Amino acid sequence: MPELIALKDPHRESRVYSARTVIAIAIVLGLLTVVFSRYYSLQVTEYESYKTQSERNRVQLQPLPPKRGLIYDRNGVLLADNRPSYILSVVRERVADLDTTLAELAALVPISEGDLENFQKKLQRRRPYEAVPLRFRLTEQERARLAVNRYRLPGVVVDAQLLRHYPYGELFSHALGYVGRINEREAFELDESDYRGTFHVGKVGVEKFYEDILHGEVGYQNVESNAHGRVLRVLERFAPVPGVDLTLHLDIRIQRAAIEALGDRRGAVVAIDPRTGGVLALVSTPGFDTNLFVNGISTADYSALRDSLDVPLFNRAIQGQYPPGSTVKPMMGMAGLESGLVTPETSVPDPGWYKLPGDSRRYRDWILRIRGTGHAPRVALKMAIAESCDVYFYDLARRLTIDRMHDYMQPYGFGQRTGVDTTNERPGVLPSTRWKREAMAQAWYPGETLSAGIGQGYMLATPMQLAVATSVMASKGQRKVPRLLKAIDGEPVAAPLLEPLIANDSNWASVYDGMREVVHGERGTAKKLAKGIQYEMGGKTGTAQVIGIAQNAVYNEDEVAERHRHHGLFIAFAPLEAPTIAVAIIVENGGGSSAASPIARKVIDTWLLGDAS
Amino acid sequence: MGDYVRQMPHQGSQDLARPPSAATRFHIDIPLLVLLLILTAYGLFVLYSASGQDMGAVIRQGRYFLVAYVIMICGAQISLQRYMRWAPWLYLLGVGTLLAVMFFGVGAKGAQRWLSIGGFRFQPSEIMKLVVPMAVAWYLAERTLPPRFVFVIVSLGLVGLPAALILQQPDLGTALLIAASGLFVLFMAGIGWRYMFGAALLAVASAWPAWMFVLKDYQKQRILTMLDPESDKLGAGWNIIQSKTAIGSGGWQGKGWLQGTQSRLDFLPESHTDFIIAVLAEEHGLRGVLLLVSLYLLILLRGFWIGLRAQSSYGRMMAGSLTLTFFVYVFVNMGMVAGLLPVVGVPLPLVSAGGTSIVTLMAGFGILMAVSTEKRMVSQ
Repeated sequence: MPELIALKDPHRESRVYSARTVIAIAIVLGLLTVVFSRYYSLQVTEYESYKTQSERNRVQLQPLPPKRGLIYDRNGVLLADNRPSYILSVVRERVADLDTTLAELAALVPISEGDLENFQKKLQRRRPYEAVPLRFRLTEQERARLAVNRYRLPGVVVDAQLLRHYPYGELFSHALGYVGRINEREAFELDESDYRGTFHVGKVGVEKFYEDILHGEVGYQNVESNAHGRVLRVLERFAPVPGVDLTLHLDIRIQRAAIEALGDRRGAVVAIDPRTGGVLALVSTPGFDTNLFVNGISTADYSALRDSLDVPLFNRAIQGQYPPGSTVKPMMGMAGLESGLVTPETSVPDPGWYKLPGDSRRYRDWILRIRGTGHAPRVALKMAIAESCDVYFYDLARRLTIDRMHDYMQPYGFGQRTGVDTTNERPGVLPSTRWKREAMAQAWYPGETLSAGIGQGYMLATPMQLAVATSVMASKGQRKVPRLLKAIDGEPVAAPLLEPLIANDSNWASVYDGMREVVHGERGTAKKLAKGIQYEMGGKTGTAQVIGIAQNAVYNEDEVAERHRHHGLFIAFAPLEAPTIAVAIIVENGGGSSAASPIARKVIDTWLLGDAS
Repeated sequence: MGDYVRQMPHQGSQDLARPPSAATRFHIDIPLLVLLLILTAYGLFVLYSASGQDMGAVIRQGRYFLVAYVIMICGAQISLQRYMRWAPWLYLLGVGTLLAVMFFGVGAKGAQRWLSIGGFRFQPSEIMKLVVPMAVAWYLAERTLPPRFVFVIVSLGLVGLPAALILQQPDLGTALLIAASGLFVLFMAGIGWRYMFGAALLAVASAWPAWMFVLKDYQKQRILTMLDPESDKLGAGWNIIQSKTAIGSGGWQGKGWLQGTQSRLDFLPESHTDFIIAVLAEEHGLRGVLLLVSLYLLILLRGFWIGLRAQSSYGRMMAGSLTLTFFVYVFVNMGMVAGLLPVVGVPLPLVSAGGTSIVTLMAGFGILMAVSTEKRMVSQ
């Protein structure tokens, strides 16, 4: 600082001030230009995009969820219905403190942890001002409590939505499947725009298989709404297209008869009309109430179902793979006749056991344990089917060889999914040398051919496959993809046809003869069914071993724990001269076929004679 | 004084010839008054729409204007010498009340800014917007200009103390405005360029520590939001996205008075207070913005003009500082609403609803008028 005595110099001050004013004005002009050019760029350069955005703000596209299609049985009985249900939702943007609001809501209506979890997940994916559902199916009282407290709960919305209801929940649990709330994975897979406003989707069964047409098309309305989401007026409306109504081949009478006949036993019943391929009954017991799943099943209910030893969630009819046992013998018989290896008159000696050439092992016939001898000195096809002679089929299987057996059995639908219109079907196993090489990397042993010949060993079939095979048998080679769906909105839908199985008519007649004898013959394995019967039925019994029984050991039902007892199987079709129904039945741990065959009688009686039976 | 007479424009010499007009007698600067009247009228017009056609809000605002105009005219009657004499005492009183706020203040929204006396609440920091430049100008007016190093340091102290007290309330926006109003005095006093470069360097260097230690989370969030509003569409970014949409969708023409959908349908937050320019831009278009900016520019130029013609260095410095502070309001508000600056609570001067800023600003214009008429009185 040079000066010690500073003197005020007004002229210098004034000059400096003027200079500073010029600089200040320059800065002011410069910055105002910056600000103004910003407004220019927003209002002129980017005008179009902001105009669009403002319009999008003002006008909102609101989804109008479609009504889900109804499902009827063949008699017009409503199996899946929509009922109005009240939903509690929260608009996040209108709630100041979400945690407080949720706590207050929890004090008014019960909210489970699952509800909260679902809510939080949906909250992440919502669009601005979209109502996120928190609790479904409010009771009358809960609605009243919410209505009273509404004034202090801004952003809380209660509105009605149609919700799936199954009037016969347990009766059709495995036949229909169910809808449930859309989960995270599904939300990712589903077309987002199609499911705006829809909270539920088909999870399994018919509900899932026909999801596309049951769901319908979402509608929209253009509404002018304010920032709080309040709709001020509707500008435009595109109505939703409701889902189609489905009529199924299922018959509630047969379904009920089958479930009643099964009682508290575990098992499955599939009935098919061989003329149409329509599935008349699809039963797996135990079932469960599908309504539980519609709104998110409680953890307790779910673990009870999941952890039950009886696996009620398991659809035995299409997922259960069982050794078909002797129920394959009619098809085996056809194979023998068609291949020319046997004629109806060809007979084999039956000492009650069978030996492969050059092998000391005895392959026993089931009769040996009961009579100590074979069915008869010599057994031909008719008796072999009627009395379920193992020795006859051991011999036939050996002569046929496993790969030809595979080729003859395949047209009946074994070893591949039948393609029935529901979900989670499993393919079973129809063994062959190639199959064993690929699946187990092992060579085929001759002894295994004998087991396969009586439906044991590697062979596995679902009750659905057995029903389809029986249906092919009943329609003399007509092959159809089994269908649950009978009509869409009243328009009949035909089952897809497959290449028919061409076989000699007299061969069918010979096998029918044997199957008739099973029920109507004096020594038939299901001769008890003939009592009081008003029609002719063809059938075949079967038994599937649950645990392997050692050579020479004697199987005693009483001594074996219930869950280790044999599965009882039975296939049948009727009336014999012009079959209209083919059934396959399995009773898990039923002990033997006698547990299954009476169920077939009840089912067929109901179908042919009506409820009067 | 002869120099001044010669420098005066044509109109000025006419004034001399005539007996003093009513305007001169009542220390009114007519061009400034007219500009302010046009601006406030336009402001009320916009407010009617921005408040959702709430006549009550317009009347309330009109009442504030009435009070503010009275204060302005009263303020204009007080001589500059008196302002200068009061400055140190007002400053001490101001700092005292700020300290009182610190200990006995009333809070609102997490900040302690208000002092309540006999049921009347007022915000001492608001008064400091005038008192701080008055005090700095008082201090420097007595000394040789451009100010020497020691004077600069003392001036910075005068600015820094109240600014720091307000910063801890916390009220960053007001603290910055007050600091600016004091620093503008230094700038107009002719402070050396090296100080300014030094300050600029210091500001840049302190950016990192300020970010780390001084700025609160919500303040950082505002800066981040300004840089990328899309990052938080429903939260902090919402305001900026909606205000930009409102401005942009106005185009050149505007949607028409009362036709702005962004504000009418509540998309625009704070539409009648800090974000009112967005309503104006939406409804009156860029034309309306141009009109507003022109009005502001004319007021600013008038302010600078008054400063240039001021008689005393005190008057000069006050005029310069008040004008520049007014500009800061305009710049910060228009900039933040358009997404150029982070959102701080600075109203659009004389347009945004709210009495406090109106009264302070108009009191400032009262001082400006006192400056403008001081010379004339002396000239006669």
